Amino acid sequence: MSRPDTGSDFQPRAAQRGRTAKIFRWIFFGATTLAIVVLAVLLLDVLRTGATHVSWRFIVSYPSRFPESAGILVGLLGSLWTLGLTALLSFPLGIATAIWLEEYAPSGWLSRTIQMNIANLASVPSVVYGILGLALFVQWMNLGRSILAGSLTLTLLILPVIIISSQEAIRSVPKSIRLAAFALGATRWQTVSRQVFPAAIPGILTGTILALSRAVGETAPLILIGAAAYVPFAPVSPMDEFTVLPIQIFNWISRPQPQFHQIAAAGIIVLLIVLLSFNLAAILLRNHYSKR
Amino acid sequence: MSAGVIEASAAPVIETRDLSVLYGTTRAVKGVSIEIDANRVVAFIGPSGCGKSTLLRCFNRMNDLVPGANIEGEARYRGLNLYGPDVDPIEVRRRIGMVFQKPNPFPKSIFENVAFGARINGFRGSMADLVEKSLRQAALWDEVKDRLDASAMALSGGQQQRLCIARALAIEPDVLLMDEPTSALDPIATQKIEDLIYDLKREYTIVIVTHNMQQAARVSDRTAFLYMGDVIEYGPTDQIFTNPRETRTEEYITGRFG
Ligand SMILES: Nc1ncnc2c1ncn2[C@@H]1O[C@H](COP(=O)(O)OP(=O)(O)OP(=O)(O)O)[C@@H](O)[C@H]1O
Ligand SMILES: [Mg+2]
Repeated sequence: MSRPDTGSDFQPRAAQRGRTAKIFRWIFFGATTLAIVVLAVLLLDVLRTGATHVSWRFIVSYPSRFPESAGILVGLLGSLWTLGLTALLSFPLGIATAIWLEEYAPSGWLSRTIQMNIANLASVPSVVYGILGLALFVQWMNLGRSILAGSLTLTLLILPVIIISSQEAIRSVPKSIRLAAFALGATRWQTVSRQVFPAAIPGILTGTILALSRAVGETAPLILIGAAAYVPFAPVSPMDEFTVLPIQIFNWISRPQPQFHQIAAAGIIVLLIVLLSFNLAAILLRNHYSKR
Repeated sequence: MSAGVIEASAAPVIETRDLSVLYGTTRAVKGVSIEIDANRVVAFIGPSGCGKSTLLRCFNRMNDLVPGANIEGEARYRGLNLYGPDVDPIEVRRRIGMVFQKPNPFPKSIFENVAFGARINGFRGSMADLVEKSLRQAALWDEVKDRLDASAMALSGGQQQRLCIARALAIEPDVLLMDEPTSALDPIATQKIEDLIYDLKREYTIVIVTHNMQQAARVSDRTAFLYMGDVIEYGPTDQIFTNPRETRTEEYITGRFG
């Protein structure tokens, strides 16, 4: 026999709470749908315009004055070079900084100040990094308008994001795991390198690769340091001049001939494929490491 | 009784004098003086929050890792001042192992969990043999022998706790600190752990925290009753349970605590 609720302090009002829950479910569903629909329309538009122009010839051809023979090769290689170098520079530095901040830095005003500055740097507009890169790498360090100068600039740009996301991944490793390692006589370095870091790898990878895929789309800072719109040769070393996919695409779109607009759409498709492969790699790596 | 040269084991393995632990300004352990002899099992009993885990953590310097924790007074391990200036906590923890109140296996395979401590401490023998021996000691071998490569996180809570015991045994410590090792175990596994403690006594000195009075009575040689950071009474387990000197001890063990 159940006790009647009458006269008690509880007023369950289950029907009304159920209605509220339903309303919010629809709001969230609507927001998601809206985002997906906008994305789908954009994608469809690009695909309709550009898909027929994506071909092997388009991918391996150099830029040209004639739209029918123009290709994306230089921009694609420029992007891959810059990203590879940026990854090489920013991953070790960013992850090491995150480990130091989380596992070694004494908590106090110093680490709080550093922390705050990193958070601020993450929200600085990318053009500002371009100005810094121009002054620091192109002119002062005399690296010229090279891939290296571009990669260093992009490294500065995504470093704060990499540090912050790696810190979050490291922080999400339970404290009890560190204590277990210490209780077995592990040093701090053994604890960090053999327990904390491996456990944090999936999260670190997700964050760092997403940061890198942000760098793929960056145009402004690279224009500032002088990545050229027209580069007739494919880069073969870090000191070469270069252009990247977004700049190449922008260059085509700003031409008057409509055929160039179509190959710009084809360029966007290539850029999207590069981006999607990055995100796919992030997912695969994360699954690989979190299974172990 | 003074320890002779021959009867070296008569000297206490762990000895504290006026040992206090402060978390910030609150005193969780208040001037405890206690001696623990070799090859004995000592049980810490007392109500929740009385400082059992805190006192236990002093013996292997795990309190160093608790932010805000401060130690006053003295703790000695085989005559060595544990908090002396040239004592390396790494070395201390290798000699004085610990099983935590909550199971905390590494997110790795069962094998790697047991092998980790041995590996970092430069173990040169057969790792497979060591892992098997440790898992057998912790009464877990039969349940996991076919899936040593499986993740430890997939084990049940009780299995995880026995894995943590195996892990602690694998570095062959001198003293084993066990913080409620059987609170998550069923009666059969509990029985196995208690048998294990009985066996280990020949080689190890064991301090066990427990909320189970019968368990304290069954496994320990001496029992300390803690209350609000004080050791109220410390003596042979028989005497504590049959003829306690303090009324508070009696009230606690008979369940009439007010
Ligand atoms: N990290 C900490 N920071 C601050 N206070 C703490 C900390 N750990 C424990 N305390 C306090 O110290 C006192 C003793 O805690 P302790 O964990 O040693 O109790 P316990 O006897 O092991 O209890 P239980 O039987 O519930 O495990 C408690 O009042 C607790 O609130
Ligand atoms: Mg406790």
